[in-house]
Order: sequence, then structure tokens, then C-alpha cells
Amino acid sequence: MPEGKLCNKKPVSTREELDALLGDSNGRQYYAEMENLDVDAEKLWATIQKTMKSRTKTWLEICAHCGLCADSCFLYSVNGRDPKQVPSYKIQSTLGEIVKQKGKVSNEFMRMCMDTAWSKCTCCNRCGSFCPYGIDMGVMFSYLRGLLHSQGFVPWELKIGSGMHRLFRAQMDVTVEEFVDTCEWMVDEALEEWPCLEIPIDKEDADIVYMINAREAKHYPEDIVEAAILFHIAGENWTMPSSGWEMTSLSMFAGDWEACKMQVETVYEAMERLRPKRMVATECGHAYRATVIEGPYWAGRPDGKPPVECIHYVEWVAEALETGKLKIDPAKRIKEPVTVQDSCNYVRNAGLRECTRIIMKHMAEDFREMAPNKEHNYCCGGGGGFNGIGRYRKQRNDALKMKREQILATGAKFVIAPCHNCWDAIRDLEEEYEIGIRWSFLKPLLVKMVEVPEHLLPKE
Amino acid sequence: MYEILTGPLLWIAFAVFFVGLTARVVLYFKGLDWRLDRVAYKPHMAAGLKGGVRSVYRWILPFGTHSWRAKPIFTIMFFAFHVGLVIVPLFLEGHAVMIKSGLGIDWPSMPQILADVLAIAAFLGGVGIAIRRIVLPEVRILTDFKDVMLLVLTLTLLFSGIMASYHTANYSFWINLHILCGVIVLLTAPFTKLAHIALFFCTRIQLGMDFGIKRGGMKTNFDW
Repeated sequence: MPEGKLCNKKPVSTREELDALLGDSNGRQYYAEMENLDVDAEKLWATIQKTMKSRTKTWLEICAHCGLCADSCFLYSVNGRDPKQVPSYKIQSTLGEIVKQKGKVSNEFMRMCMDTAWSKCTCCNRCGSFCPYGIDMGVMFSYLRGLLHSQGFVPWELKIGSGMHRLFRAQMDVTVEEFVDTCEWMVDEALEEWPCLEIPIDKEDADIVYMINAREAKHYPEDIVEAAILFHIAGENWTMPSSGWEMTSLSMFAGDWEACKMQVETVYEAMERLRPKRMVATECGHAYRATVIEGPYWAGRPDGKPPVECIHYVEWVAEALETGKLKIDPAKRIKEPVTVQDSCNYVRNAGLRECTRIIMKHMAEDFREMAPNKEHNYCCGGGGGFNGIGRYRKQRNDALKMKREQILATGAKFVIAPCHNCWDAIRDLEEEYEIGIRWSFLKPLLVKMVEVPEHLLPKE
Repeated sequence: MYEILTGPLLWIAFAVFFVGLTARVVLYFKGLDWRLDRVAYKPHMAAGLKGGVRSVYRWILPFGTHSWRAKPIFTIMFFAFHVGLVIVPLFLEGHAVMIKSGLGIDWPSMPQILADVLAIAAFLGGVGIAIRRIVLPEVRILTDFKDVMLLVLTLTLLFSGIMASYHTANYSFWINLHILCGVIVLLTAPFTKLAHIALFFCTRIQLGMDFGIKRGGMKTNFDW
């Protein structure tokens, strides 16, 4: 049987298709159909010929098979140094083989590639920085994901996630009305404690437009209020767009480049419409990577930059603390040992390693570095979509072991994770391994720790 | 035999080597595509070149990167192997004599004792790399026939050169074997993994530009 009802080469384009996928419990029917999905070898080879040029071709060809990438990969380490987890082996035995066979590969082979691309690589790009040639296997796995997606071999959750972006321009079904309503009632609830607090929607020419992860609107609206409180205390002239506020991109994890473009163009359209001086991105790693680092290229912007200057939340906080816009109450600094998770997406892949150190200088009395850290830090264990794919739950749980060891080695019981994926992974890590740690984003801590100017306090 | 190997064949080999590798480099850079690579090379050329130069520099420095420092024994073997293979052929007295007689150019050369030390270190480094390839499971799984042949070729090249330099009874055998291996290296370099002689710099510059332009280089320098 070529195309399945749920599992096929066609991305989600209607609500009905999305609901049908959502109705398939754990993707049981979806994965059953995948076993019969035909490989369109001609199209696959044509795509490769069109999109695999100098860089990737040379990477595949020139690899010296030296194995220096092995120890750079946390998945190799946590899986008992299984040679089949060596990054070079993983990419050569999948993408390398597809290229060698000129696209003429079997259904079974494509399913093996899918399992490899989504459960043996989180696209953390650490291997790329350990290869003498600079072969970035994370980039190649992302490319492979794109090829697999175009042939319908993509994990069930990511087909859904990508479909959400296509239909709602968000990873979850949040409409403009729902989003604006959420902001309004969250502010209403906070007014007693924070008089004059507001979330200005669609204000033009503000200094800052604040953009978020849809999970915050759907499941953690208190996060938006915390951001509002901190902007309020810092005296920022800020706004949020009614549409185009969603920075995440499950389509990036899925390799659905067309959906990536649709999503990021909605965000850029909001920037162009509201003309803020800067955009501040919420505490999320892949959202920043998608909107700020990769997004401009999906949208075809030749300078590789978004329409306005974009900074990550850790950049804004570091700046606010250094300039005194936000001040930490010295009595409230964190006394216990605390460590910080460096997100691959904005530290290794966007150069923001110093920001969290500046923030810790202000907030913590006993800050402990993980080892390795900064751009050489290990993935939390749940990046690249790994957290969200039920089919690979066991592999993901194994992957958490590296972070567990790193955290335990610091001696800290408190982990600050300014990234949604890392935050989730560390939460799951505690649930799975019970090492007695707590974890947090920056915002809830800051709200409790910053000094509030007299005039912003409620009048008794 | 010696005449055939050092005659027109050697000239052809050099021509293939230089023209071939130049073509590989030109084609590599021409084939970079800002949309596919997702790196805006042209608009940020200065930041890109800075990233590219840093990326090459740190990696050609022994122990210059986190990766080199993580594997000190391999790093020593690697640099012994490569320094010997690059420096000795360029500045060996025996080679300088050939250049003088062939092209009439006064070519600088290094003391024979230094050349001997470097060549023997390179040979031992290469043997170490070969052993590592067989012993370590994470390297063995990657190893294919071509990798083995490449090591056999370069180790034979080094060993025969060392033997020839001692002018033993079998001098003509060793020198002919040495030149034969050299000619094979020159002829095959552009078409095999030996192309890394030039492409190493290309791929390193590319990733350096990627990090220099797109992945944070305009905010902090990547600590390779």
C-alpha cells in the first residue's frame, strides 16, 4: 500500500486531517501505515541533487573516519559507548547510504533512518565542534530529517506539531482571540498585587516586542504575567503582537521547511507591522534558534537577520541587571548552591554563553558551573524534539543520564534552565531518577527577588 | 625505472596534483550556497573571514582546541604524522637537489638530522594511528578499505623514504618504491580523501564562517 490515510507524504493542510492524526492513540495506526509507505526514490534523488551541494557533499566525502566525534556525543557515552552511536557512523549509515544508493532505498531502510535521525541525534551540534574538519553532523541530521519528512517518514507527534504550525501558526491550537483573552484575564488576576500592570497588545513603535512559546499561552500563562511584571518593574515600553507571537518551530524538529517558512514569516510580519526597536524572546532555546538564527534563511532574507534586532531573554535580563533597570534585593539572593543549564540552541549555536553568568553574578551566592559548560555543554537530553516523541521515550530517558551526572557533580540541588526543552528534560530527569533536585526558569525567581520601586506597589 | 618515475611521469603527477586540488578548492567555494547552507556569507564577509581564520588557526595548533586536548595521545600522533608528511618533503635536502637539477631553483632545505627525526616521528605517528584504527571499536566501525589503503600508501612512502636516505644495499629498490608511492599520492590526491590536503582548509573556513556570521560570532568568539 503506498500512501496511508494518516501516514503519507502530504503535510497536514486541514483541521480534519489534524483531528484524524490526533485521534490515533499513540500513533498506532500511523506507524502501522508507515510500514507500507512507498519510497519515491526518484523524487528523493532529485531533491538530493538539488539541495546537497559543496558543503554537505564534501562533509560526507571527506570524513577521515578518525572517530574523534565519538566522545563528543552524549548519546554515545550514555549508551555504553556503542560504536553504532558514533556520530560519523550514524550519518554515514543513513544519509551517506541514501546518497550512495542514489535514493533507491527500501521502506525498512527509511524507517531505520527515521529512528536514527530522531532518537540518536538531538541536533545539538556538539560533534561539529570536535571534528578537525568541522563536519557538523547535527546540521546533516537536520538535513536528513528534511528528506525523511518529504517522504512521510516522520514521527507522529512531529507531523502533528508541524501541522499545528501550518494551521494555527503556533505549535498548539491557540487562536488570536484566545491569546488576547488569556493576556487580559491573567492581567486582571494580577492587578490586585500589581496595580497598573498591563500587557499592551499591538502597540506600535514600542521599544520592545515580546514573543513567546505557545506553551506559555496555552499551559503556563503565569509565565507571560511574570514577564509583564518584570518589564513593568524595569519600566520598559513594550508590547506583544496579537498574532505572530509564537517563536517556536516544531516544524524545525520535523524537517518541514515549508512550514518553518510559514511560521517565521508570520512572526516577521508582526515585527514589521509593529516596528519595535527590538524583540525580546522568551526563555526558550529552539524558539530563539528558529526565529532569530535559522528563520531569516527560511524566509529568504539575504542578510541572514530578522527584520528587527532580536535578543534572548537572558540577554535582556543580563542587560537590565547590569544597567540597574532591575535590581536584586541582596537579602533575597540564592544562598544554596545553584547551577545553570546552557541551552545548545542559544549558547553553542548563538554565542550567548556569558549572559547567564552575568545573571548568576547578581542572583546567586554559590553558582556552580557544570563540566563541560558554555559552548561545550551537553544537550539536556531532550533537545531536537526528543522530549516529545513517545516512540523514543526509553531512548530519551537513557539520554537524560548525562545531565544527571553533570548536575550531581556540581553538588547543587537547584538547576536554573532558561529553556523550555531543557526545563522539561530536567523535570523528567527528576521524575525518572529522583536525585532530589529542583529546577526553574529565571522569571519566577526574578519576580520574587527584584526590588520593587515604591510607586509600583499597591496602595494600602 | 628511476628515469621513468622522475621523468615526464613526475611532471604529470605534479600537474594533476596542483591543477586537481586547485579545481577542488575553486569548486568547493563556488558550490557554497547561502540559502542551502543557511549562512549569509557575502553581506558579513568580514565577520565570516575572522571566524574562518580563527577556526583554521586553532585547529592547526597542537592542543589548540578542546578536541585536541581531550585526546592528547592521538593529538601527538596526529601532529607527528602530519608535520612529517608536510614539512619533510618540502624541505628535504634530497628533494632540494632534485628541484635544483630539474628547475634550476635554489630550494631551501633543512638539516638531514632534523629531517630524519621528523620522518621517523611521522612514521611512528602513522603506525600509532593505524593501531588505534584497529584497536578502538569506535574507530574500527568507521574504517573501510580506502582508509586502510591510504595508511598503507603513506606509511610505505615514509618508510621507503627513510630507508632510501640511509643508502643501504637495496637503495635502488627503496628509492624507486618511494618515488612510486609519491607519484601515486600526487596522482590520486585530488580524487580521494587525500584531497583534504586542500579541502581541510575549505571545510574549516566554512564552519568558521558559519559560527562567525550566524552562530554567535558577532557576539562572542567560539572557543574551539
